[in-house]
Amino acid sequence: MIVYGVALLSGCLLLGTIAGKLVGEMIGISANVGGVGIAMLALILIHNASGRTFELSAETSKGITFWSAMYIPIVIAMAAKQNVFAAINSGWVSVLAGVIAVLLSFAMVPVLSRIGKNRLSLEDNGDQ
Amino acid sequence: MESIVSDVFAKNSLIVAFVFVGVLTWLSYYASDKLSNGRFHGSAIAIILGLVLAYVAGAATGGSKGVADISLLAGVGVLGGAMFRDFAIVATAYGADLREIKRSGFVGVLSIILGVVLSFAVGAIVALAFGYTDSVSVSTIGAGAATYIVGPVTGTALNASSEVIALSVGAGLIKSVLVMVGTPFVAPLIGLNNPHSAMIYGGLMGTTSGVAGGLAATDPRLVPYGAMTATFYTGVGCLLAPSILFLIVDALL
Repeated sequence: MIVYGVALLSGCLLLGTIAGKLVGEMIGISANVGGVGIAMLALILIHNASGRTFELSAETSKGITFWSAMYIPIVIAMAAKQNVFAAINSGWVSVLAGVIAVLLSFAMVPVLSRIGKNRLSLEDNGDQ
Repeated sequence: MESIVSDVFAKNSLIVAFVFVGVLTWLSYYASDKLSNGRFHGSAIAIILGLVLAYVAGAATGGSKGVADISLLAGVGVLGGAMFRDFAIVATAYGADLREIKRSGFVGVLSIILGVVLSFAVGAIVALAFGYTDSVSVSTIGAGAATYIVGPVTGTALNASSEVIALSVGAGLIKSVLVMVGTPFVAPLIGLNNPHSAMIYGGLMGTTSGVAGGLAATDPRLVPYGAMTATFYTGVGCLLAPSILFLIVDALL
């Protein structure tokens, strides 16, 4: 049943959001810390476990993959509801702070990727 | 007739949003195919078109929710809101490779902390350059360069003026829009084409909306990896900015 997949996905998101709020409360901030990430991990773990202890049927999967396919349309709607007018008219301090932060962060991606790759190759050697 | 249409639209706002996004997507993929021969990705065009419409709507209505402030398109605010966004992001994790996430976990965490500190430092330096000298304003603008949520959370905690909090939100908004638009262009230059670099990218950028839009326009298969780290960023920012990072700024000024 397709609805099983939708319900499973929804359950993961609710679980993750509650867990994220609890983490936030533990460290003393009223924010959701990684709730979506926790929900994603839960879904990945359930998917990985299926086939061993239980089976997620193809129909059930459709309830999840449909929403995965709706991801881009939802992101387009998200773009259309951003406060772009305020962003562009927020003054030079905001524009410069935002632009330079993004440019430097982009530049750091290859630097950090290399660090991770070295670590990877070390681990790979260790395995052999 | 007119009142019937607007009544139906108002009562079926989410359904109208599905039509709106469907038409926008179709136009964008058509333009991608005909005008750029498919070189420029349809979803990238759709996201940019969405942002342009949001700008026009914001200028016309004076509201803060883009096209969702036009009453006929109120449903776009629901479809594009945090609830559906997070729901769809989690769905993309179905089929993601757990080994990739474990493998990049350490550098992923590192990228989140570095991302927060880097953006905060940039924002703080820009604030200084514009003549802000009190540690509260400098920290609040710095926090805004992290995300538009970290800014006001920090500003409220530190008792910053509402003008400075507004600037911090502006910096975060600029960041999120620029990440959405810029990612497909810089992706080839920064090696953003595998799960490992996507996790680092998500951790460094941190804006969930920006990363979600940027990766959608670059390669949707990378979404779960980038989103995984990005969703921890705002929490880490809200933790570090009003505490350790503020204390450092306060000690330096």
